[in-house]
Amino acid sequence: MTEKTLLNRKIAPRIKDAVDFNLELKPCERYTLDNGVEVYAIHAGAEEVLQLEWVFYAGNSYEKKDGIAAATSFLLKNGTTSKSAFEINEQFDYYGAYLNRNCYNETANIIFHGLTKHLEALLPLVQELVTDASFPTEELAIYQQNMKQRLTVNLKKCDVVANRLIDEYLYGKHHPYGKNNTHETYDGLDLDSIKSFYDRYYRHGHVKIFVAGYLPVNLFALLNKYFGQLPFASAPEPEPEHPRDPALEKKQRVINDPTGVQGAIRLARPFPSRHHPDFKKVQVLNTLLGGFFGSRLMDNIREDKGYTYGIYSYLQNHLKDGAWVISTEAGREVCEATIGEVYAELKRLREGFIEDDELLMVKNYLMGTILGDLDGPFQIIGRWKNLVLNGLDESYFYDSVRTIQKITGPELNTLAQQYLVDDAFYELVVV
Amino acid sequence: MIHFDRFVLSNGLRVLVHQDNSTPMAVVNVLYDVGARDEEFSRTGFAHLFEHLMFGGSVNIPVYDEPLQVAGGENNAYTTNDLTNYYCQLPAENLETAFWLESDRMLSLAFSEKSLDVQRKVVSEEFKEHYLNKPYGDAWMHMREMAYTTHPYRWMTIGKELSHIEQAKLEDVKRFFFKHYTPVNAILVVAGNVYKDQVRALAEKWFGDIPPGTRYQRNLPAEPPQVKPRRMELTADVPLDAFYKTWHMSARMDDRYYAADLVTDMLGGGGSSRLYQSLVKEKQLFSNIDCYHYGSLDPGLLVIEGKLVKGVHIRDAEVAVEAELEKMKTTLVDEKELQKVKNKTESIMAFEDMSVMNRAGSLAFYELLGDAQLMNTELGQYRKVTAEDILSECQEVFRPENSNTLYYLSNPEKEGKA
Repeated sequence: MTEKTLLNRKIAPRIKDAVDFNLELKPCERYTLDNGVEVYAIHAGAEEVLQLEWVFYAGNSYEKKDGIAAATSFLLKNGTTSKSAFEINEQFDYYGAYLNRNCYNETANIIFHGLTKHLEALLPLVQELVTDASFPTEELAIYQQNMKQRLTVNLKKCDVVANRLIDEYLYGKHHPYGKNNTHETYDGLDLDSIKSFYDRYYRHGHVKIFVAGYLPVNLFALLNKYFGQLPFASAPEPEPEHPRDPALEKKQRVINDPTGVQGAIRLARPFPSRHHPDFKKVQVLNTLLGGFFGSRLMDNIREDKGYTYGIYSYLQNHLKDGAWVISTEAGREVCEATIGEVYAELKRLREGFIEDDELLMVKNYLMGTILGDLDGPFQIIGRWKNLVLNGLDESYFYDSVRTIQKITGPELNTLAQQYLVDDAFYELVVV
Repeated sequence: MIHFDRFVLSNGLRVLVHQDNSTPMAVVNVLYDVGARDEEFSRTGFAHLFEHLMFGGSVNIPVYDEPLQVAGGENNAYTTNDLTNYYCQLPAENLETAFWLESDRMLSLAFSEKSLDVQRKVVSEEFKEHYLNKPYGDAWMHMREMAYTTHPYRWMTIGKELSHIEQAKLEDVKRFFFKHYTPVNAILVVAGNVYKDQVRALAEKWFGDIPPGTRYQRNLPAEPPQVKPRRMELTADVPLDAFYKTWHMSARMDDRYYAADLVTDMLGGGGSSRLYQSLVKEKQLFSNIDCYHYGSLDPGLLVIEGKLVKGVHIRDAEVAVEAELEKMKTTLVDEKELQKVKNKTESIMAFEDMSVMNRAGSLAFYELLGDAQLMNTELGQYRKVTAEDILSECQEVFRPENSNTLYYLSNPEKEGKA
């Protein structure tokens, strides 16, 4: 080292403001299989792995009897006419692959993760699951027994109970977004309902395919061979109407465990879907409120008061209708104080001046995380899936970015005055 | 194949650079060679509490998170029984911000009373959230105390009891910092859209003048070989009986480790694993069952745990588990099953290496093990494992006198229906 200027550690290195970055959503390739099934593909990534997802319109919005959609989703991997659940699992496991299935409100997916070199060996088996699942009686009985047991354990947890209740308050117990499985739901499951749900919403249902990672050159031919000749529907069935039936009483206190040392706190208000013109702006406001580690809620309630290990706010990601939720677990004796601080932060957003520095931090953080998030193939296809399922295109992504770049403090104040109104919130503590 | 460069600064800080210019991001990962095993038995939970304090401001920078977020970055950290790891990811253009922040907190913390006071409370809430206010949340505290009589794996990273955290003093914080948080006890990995020369220059600039500190000589009491089975039974307000059983296994760097790792996959990894198929699906004794291990650097524990189907006697469940283990101890596994768990290992490694953040963390971890190159060669170690290795590993591990059994029973008076 020759001439070393003394390092001044108090001065931050110059940065490029992330807000000025030019973010690009990698375009997605689109194919249509012979039977009209749409395929969205992202080829990226150095590792020779891929993720392949079949999204069926088979969520709980379509079920006539509670629990049927989720049970169908779970059990479709547990036996076909020619293979037992064990034989199916063994084949995926042998190739180091994972086949999971999840049931949501509008949709239910089957999602494959594995090494690209083994894809061809396993696609026939996925085809078998979506055409020939057999739903053995024994498998349903095991599912009922184990799900009831799991529910019994989960209902001991205050956070689980709070999540269930807050959705019931917001949407009503019979709304797809608000209903929760109970022991009775599991007892009421029957194979006839499951089989007819499967036939209608999987075998003859509507499906879209999303694939990302290191893609084989013959991917399209493979998908066409195994999924392009099947009798899928060309469009999703129209969903039955599900009007909201929200609770009338907004302030709720529930004792689940008299000896509990923490309470689960949820404050939530209805909020429209991402088609609403304010949604993108409110995402910025939400970040400032409770969307990241440097948020106001975290800064005050964790980093100043030490009431909680973490507190977050978020906008629910439903397709049709939504809610704005604030969520935390706090010491039992400080639950009410925590709620008081949340309202104080809402008031500060409505009435207080938002400093430029703080807003720039939020913007840079958001832009930086989007940049980081657009890095991996699975993340990129995730963004595309969200756009496609919501009936949006890439212009929504670019509008969101512009919103982050342009939004001002006074605009955020105005949104806070409109939406962050104490009376609009359901308020729940489960101890 | 993960490529990297390695150099050591004059103060002993080991630096690894992994260049991947396909990403716009950079990752800075700092691993400190200290974990909960390095705590005194009367001050447990300290390494983890300390991790929280690393965000409470350093000597020249009042808060850590804010400037990082301004630079478009995000970060987190974790503490295990073996090590403490800090990582952040930010746009590569702003890489220097991470060097500035990480080097200042390696230089010295602010040691603020306020930060200590708040983080004691935050960690107490974390303790409650994960270990006290959840059914079965304290099972591992009991299991560790039973399985380890001597080695500091006896306690969990969160600490043995809340009072240890509540009693932490600023003096303890300072002593701990200057003992462990020094260049000779740290590994810096910089990955992503970065260049070796750039990283070297930045490392010299920001970390080069930090006093090296003293290399921490770890001298932990070894756990004596267990000679008798240990058992424990406790009753609590939980809805279902739960079964936990552990056996001592080899350390992470032992040649035997790879066979033990594959054994856990045969027994408990996924829908075609032996315990799941036999005990959940066929015999229906358990509603769920898992087999895993901690991968700890000192000799660790291999675990089987599960919840029982209501009405099953726990003794019968245990007998059925032992019957499965007996098969592993007496019959060679067939090649297909062995290949299955090897394929799974290959797949998991490939998925883990997808993100730059994971690659950076793995490089730091393997460097701590002694050689970052292990990241590229470990799969070969798994491939070498034979059916005979599996058999002898099972015979060695699954000895009754090597086992610790915990019956975590539902209180019948309080819990009626399942």
